[in-house]
Amino acid sequence: MQATTGSDARVIDPSAIDALIGALRDRGYSVVGPVVRSQSIVYAEIESSAELPRGWRDEQEGGTFRLVRRDDGALFGHNVGHDSLKRFLFPPRVPVWHGRGEDPLEPDQDHPRYAFLGVRSCDLHAVAIQDRVFMGSHYVERDYAARRDDAFFVAVQCGQAGGTCFCTSMGTGPRAEGGFDLALTELLDGQHRFLVEVGSERGAEVLAALPSRVAGDRDGDLAREATERAAASMGRTLDTTDIRDLLMGNLEHPRWDDVASRCLSCTNCTLVCPTCFCHTVEDRTDLAGQETDRDRVWDSCFSLDHSYIHGGSVRGTGRSRYRQWMTHKLATWIDQFGTSGCVGCGRCITWCPVAIDITEETAAIRATDMRHADDS
Amino acid sequence: MQTIPELVADAPAFAPLAPEHRDQIAGCARNRVFQDGAMILREGEPADTFHVIRTGAVALETHVPRRGAVIVETLHDGDLLGWSWLVSPYRVAFDGRAVGTVHTIEFDGACLRGKCDADPGLGYDLLKLVAAVMLERLQGTRMRLLDLYGKGLG
Amino acid sequence: MASAVAATADGPSLLPVPFRVAGTRQDTHDTWTLTLEPRAGPPLPVFAPGQFAMLYAYGAGEVPISLSGGGSDRTLVHTVRAVGTITARLCALAEGDTLGVRGPYGTPWPLAAAAGRDVIVVAGGIGLAPVRPVIRELVEHRDRYGRVTVLYGGRAPEELLYGDEVAAWAARGDVVIETIVDAADAGWRGRVGLVTKLVPLVDADPANAIAMMCGPEPMMRFTAAALGDRGIGPESVWVSLERSMKCGVGHCGHCQLGPLFVCKDGPVVRHDVAAPLMAVRGL
Repeated sequence: MQATTGSDARVIDPSAIDALIGALRDRGYSVVGPVVRSQSIVYAEIESSAELPRGWRDEQEGGTFRLVRRDDGALFGHNVGHDSLKRFLFPPRVPVWHGRGEDPLEPDQDHPRYAFLGVRSCDLHAVAIQDRVFMGSHYVERDYAARRDDAFFVAVQCGQAGGTCFCTSMGTGPRAEGGFDLALTELLDGQHRFLVEVGSERGAEVLAALPSRVAGDRDGDLAREATERAAASMGRTLDTTDIRDLLMGNLEHPRWDDVASRCLSCTNCTLVCPTCFCHTVEDRTDLAGQETDRDRVWDSCFSLDHSYIHGGSVRGTGRSRYRQWMTHKLATWIDQFGTSGCVGCGRCITWCPVAIDITEETAAIRATDMRHADDS
Repeated sequence: MQTIPELVADAPAFAPLAPEHRDQIAGCARNRVFQDGAMILREGEPADTFHVIRTGAVALETHVPRRGAVIVETLHDGDLLGWSWLVSPYRVAFDGRAVGTVHTIEFDGACLRGKCDADPGLGYDLLKLVAAVMLERLQGTRMRLLDLYGKGLG
Repeated sequence: MASAVAATADGPSLLPVPFRVAGTRQDTHDTWTLTLEPRAGPPLPVFAPGQFAMLYAYGAGEVPISLSGGGSDRTLVHTVRAVGTITARLCALAEGDTLGVRGPYGTPWPLAAAAGRDVIVVAGGIGLAPVRPVIRELVEHRDRYGRVTVLYGGRAPEELLYGDEVAAWAARGDVVIETIVDAADAGWRGRVGLVTKLVPLVDADPANAIAMMCGPEPMMRFTAAALGDRGIGPESVWVSLERSMKCGVGHCGHCQLGPLFVCKDGPVVRHDVAAPLMAVRGL
C-alpha cells in the first residue's frame, strides 16, 4: 500500500502519541521506542510518551556521541543511537532448541509481538535487508521470521541529519517511502503536532482509533521542509559509483594496511550495525549429558575465531578481517542479496573508538584505485 | 631390438635436445636391466652414471635410524635418475632401488662431462634439460614439506 | 508491516534429526567411517555426491562432513577425521549410539555435466571421502562416461583410505587409478611424490574433459595449474572448498569466501570462480 501524503494525510497532536501507544498495547503489541539510557538513545519497551527522549538531540562525529538539550520539546528530535531494531528482531542471544536425552528436539518460540515506534528510514531499510538475509532463501531463520512477521512499524521522518549520517548516498532516506504501517513527521513551528502518513491497512485501522484531523497545505509544506533540511545536512557522503568492482578490484590496496594499523578489532562496528547478521551457536549439556540445548549468539567477523577451521583461522590478520567487513558490507553483499549491506546510518563511524570511517576509507581507495595504476 | 642411438632418440626425456646432440650423448650410453631390489645407485658412492628409465620404477630412499629406509621419491617410465654426475663433488645423494624389473639407458658421467666440455652448446642444452627436471622435483618436494595432509594447516 | 520478502515462519526444519550409528570402521589412526540410519520419522531429502551434513555430537556441537557413501536409501556414510573436540567425539561413537544430522546442504559434484566426457578425479588426503560417491557412480554406470582417471595423493601408505575399494576399482581395468604418497617406508612398492606428478598420466581429451578435485587448497591450486598445462582449463575443473560453518544454510556468515557462502554456493565450486578468490591471501 502506497504511503499517503497530501490530502489523505492526517495530523495528530502530541497528546495523541499516548493514545497511539495505548491503541497498540490494546491490540496486543509490546511497544518499543527510543529512550535515553547510558547517555545514549536505545530502543526499549515503553508504556507512555513520557519515556520518549523529549527535548533531546544528539551530536555525533567519528568516535563521539553526545546528547544535547533542545529547546523545542521535540519527542523525536534526535537521530540514531547505538541500538537498532536487531536487538528485538535478531536478539543477541536466543534459544534455538532444547532437548532431553536423544528425543527429537523442540524449538522454543516465545516472543512478544512488537510495535516499533520512532523508526528511521535507515533502520527500516536495515530491517528489509535482514529480511532478505534470513527469509529470502529456501532456508528461513524461524526465530527471526516469527518475530518479524507480526511486527508493527511507526516510522519517524527525520527532520535533521546526524553528524555521521549518509543515508542519501545509500538511497535509504531521509524519507521513508514504504515499509511502515504509519509514519510520523514532527512539525515544530510553534504548534507542536505530527503529520501522519498511512502505509498499510493495519496502520489505517490504528490511526482511526486516534483523534486526528485532515492535514492542511501548511502541514505538508513543513513536512517537506523537514525532509529537505535532513537531506541537506548529512554529515557524510559515500560515492557508491561502481563500488562493488572498486573494492573487489583493490583487495591488495595499501589502504587496508593503513586502516588495520588503527583498527582494534573491538567489534563495535558489527555490534551497532543494523544489518550485521553474523552469529554463532553455543551447544551446552548438563553434566549427565542428558539435557542439551543450543543458543544462537551474535558473532563478529572481527574475531579471530570467526574463520577458524582445524589448525588455524583463514583471516589471521586484522587487515584481512577489516577488509572482510568492509568489502562484505559495501561490495559482496550486493552479489549475495542484490542491495548494499549499508544503510548510511553512520553508527559504525560514531561508535568506533578510533573513529574509522568507511566513507573515508572508500574515498581513499577510490582516489588511488589500483585498477588504474598503469594508466598514468 | 633398437640400437642405442635409436633408444636415445626415442626417449621422451631427450626430446628438447637437437638430433646431433642426441647422437653425441648416445656415444656414452648403454642398455641396462636391473632386477627387483637391485641397488642402481648407492648413497655416498661416486656419481659415475645417470640413467633414463625406459620401463619400471625406482625408489629413491635414505636410511633414517629407527625408521629404516624411507622412500622420498619414486621415478618411473621416462624419468631421469641421478644428476650428481653433473656437479662436483660428483657423489650420489640417495639410494636408488629397483622396484620390479627396471630397464634403463645408462650414461657414463665422465664421458658425458668430456663431451660437454668439448661442445659447450651440448653442455648448455643438457644443463637446461636437467635443470627443468630439478625444478619440477624441487617444487614437488617443497610442497610435500608443507605436510598438507597432516593435521595442521592444509 | 509485513515484509516485502516472502515472510513465513516455514522453510525446512533446522533441528538436528536423530540418527543411529549402524556401523563404524576405523580407517587410519585418526579417521573413522560412520554408517548412519535414521531413527524414526520422515527421511531426509536425498543427498547428492558433494553435499554435506551438519553432524551433531550431542552436547558438543556440529561439524560439516561431506557425504562419502550412501545417501539415497536413507543410509548415510560419513568419513570423519578427529582434528578437534567435536570430530573426536564423532569418531568415538560406537554402534547403536545416536547423533544428530541436518542436511543435505551445499552444491553437488557436476555428474550430469560429466556424462560423455573424460573424467578426472583428484583427491588429496581425506579429500578422497567427498569424491568417493563420484567414483562409485562413474564405476557403476561406466558406459555413461568417457575415460576415467582417479589420482589420489596421501601422506603415507598407512594413511590412505578405503584400500580394498581402491584396489577393487583398479582391478576392474576400465578405470585408471593412480595413488601416490608424500613419503613411505621401503616396503611400499607404489609411487612417492606430489600428486601433481600424476597429472601427466591422465589420458583425456582436453577439449572434452572434466576434473573434480578435493584436497588441501594448495594441492588443488597446483593440480589445477598442472591440468591447465594439459589444456584442461578452469571452466572444466571443479573444486570442493572448506570454511568454518555454524549453520550450513547461509545465515551465520562464517563460511564466506568473497561473495560465496561455501555452504550454499559451494562447497563444490567451478575453478574459474574459485581460483581468483583462493588467490587472495586471507580472503
